[in-house]
Amino acid sequence: MSGINGQAAVSARGLAKSYGSTRALDGVDLDVQPGRVLGLLGPNGAGKTTTVRILTTLLKPDAGTAVVAGHDVVAEPDAVRRSIGLSGQYAAVDENLTGFENLYLVGRLYGKKKAAARTRARELLTRFQLEEAADRPSKGYSGGMRRRLDLAGALVAEPAVVILDEPTTGLDPRGRIEMWEVIKELVADGTTVLLTTQYLEEADHLADSIVVIDKGKVIARGTADELKSQIGGERLELVVSEPAELVAAADVLGQVGVGEPAVDEHTRRADVLVDTGPKALVEALRLLDARGVVVQDVALHRPTLDDVFLSLTGHATTQAEEVSR
Amino acid sequence: MNVTKMFSDAGVVTWRNVMNVRRNPEWLLGATAFPIMFVLMFAYVFGGAIGGPGADGGEYREFLIAGIFAQTVAFNSSYTVIGFASDLQKGIIDRFRALPMSRLAVILGRTTADQVLSVVVLVVMSICGLLIGWRIRGSVVDAVLGYLMILLFAFALSWVGAYIGLISRSVEVANSAGLIWMFPLTFISSAFVPQESLPGVLGSIADWNPFTAAVNATRDLFGNSSPAGWPEPSGWPAENAALYAVLSCVVIIAIFAPLATAQYRKVASK
Repeated sequence: MSGINGQAAVSARGLAKSYGSTRALDGVDLDVQPGRVLGLLGPNGAGKTTTVRILTTLLKPDAGTAVVAGHDVVAEPDAVRRSIGLSGQYAAVDENLTGFENLYLVGRLYGKKKAAARTRARELLTRFQLEEAADRPSKGYSGGMRRRLDLAGALVAEPAVVILDEPTTGLDPRGRIEMWEVIKELVADGTTVLLTTQYLEEADHLADSIVVIDKGKVIARGTADELKSQIGGERLELVVSEPAELVAAADVLGQVGVGEPAVDEHTRRADVLVDTGPKALVEALRLLDARGVVVQDVALHRPTLDDVFLSLTGHATTQAEEVSR
Repeated sequence: MNVTKMFSDAGVVTWRNVMNVRRNPEWLLGATAFPIMFVLMFAYVFGGAIGGPGADGGEYREFLIAGIFAQTVAFNSSYTVIGFASDLQKGIIDRFRALPMSRLAVILGRTTADQVLSVVVLVVMSICGLLIGWRIRGSVVDAVLGYLMILLFAFALSWVGAYIGLISRSVEVANSAGLIWMFPLTFISSAFVPQESLPGVLGSIADWNPFTAAVNATRDLFGNSSPAGWPEPSGWPAENAALYAVLSCVVIIAIFAPLATAQYRKVASK
């Protein structure tokens, strides 16, 4: 991580924001290098949206500084607004306007002349495969189409920095994959992207580097690989044939692995982190066989970002989401 | 942020708001059904009793129309309230706030677009008035000034509506908050009854109510008079109705434009 770098496209230091007695952000530092993608990862309520709102000038921080595309967000908000594109989790398209009208509106408000705003709107509609729907009110668009239109809106002025707040939240799997393709193309064009997500898979897939935040604080940072190797080893997972055998299975996993094994009765699945790889696998199978436990399936894989998150926060992302609702 | 960009932004936002209205023509039904019912109710239900003895009610109906026009456009300011509350809820305001555009333009674009609505509604209401026997008795110039008076008043109230919309926490709250103050504003006035008939404090409020002034000025410009035998309103606001109405509008805008702009700066949709 080249964290200390004057050239960063986005650079935040010590951002803090409280709502009443709740500390939404408690000293967040982050940097995004030009042309790179930073994934800001965390469960609901972690402070992702607050960070985005500060970086996009919608909210003033109580403390700390942020510089986006060379401009201070508090001192020069207009210069920041000219250099960024924001696409929010709520897909803020005007549903009574057509796709074309939405983009034309944004283009005009960025200060483009009428003809230039029209040309740019058509270009983007083509690029985001919205040509056919361009002249229909966006009310009738699918969720995925609305997101693409919203993202197109963020790109109207060809901003140096694009900020995507949970770009795929609420999309179906197909919509999500389409959105990923679009974001990848954007990055290939050299745009700097900061994206927030609660999906570990998404950060893994799209981001060059990841900042994990929880309860307003950065709890880890690095590339996906760095984060994975931070918890080390691999995960040994097995499925037994009878729920009653899970106790024995967990016991065995406890012996060969590091830390507490996790057990899911519903799927008759148990897993544990191991640091000796295949050796632990062989040992586990031998012990289970000796105790007469029938193993239906067994696998050894590298930890996912979910595992990273679990080991960093003590709770999984999905659980955190349920609790905060 | 220069002035040219501000007006250009306001023009673009006005266009956006007008397009929104055009795509939802149902609003016209809501915006005119209510005032038309008021016309019928006052003209034919209360008119006989209020309008005085002997008359067939024609004089009262002519008196009534300027009040109904003003009330109709006043109620239209609730569209400004709801428009802002719904833009806030949908994240449209956030999108605007993240753009390098004038803040004032977002509000000016809304209050201006709402006058397009007022014009359409006034056309419908004028036809309704003509059907029940209302006529413009003055000159064309005065009639135009009468309509402009009403539109200026509507524009001023629209700024109040913008402020209410921006402080409302939800569209539902905005819905009630936008309407509730309309009733005292429009009824404690000369819109439906002779203001001299209101007792004590209510009479003084009615005398100084800018709404009364706007109604009296418009009525005068249309050449419509009170039914025979009604007491003539007296006092400075009544004798200088047009001047007082215009001054009130200027003061309302001067107060609420900065308030609404400051609120716009503050709002966060969540």
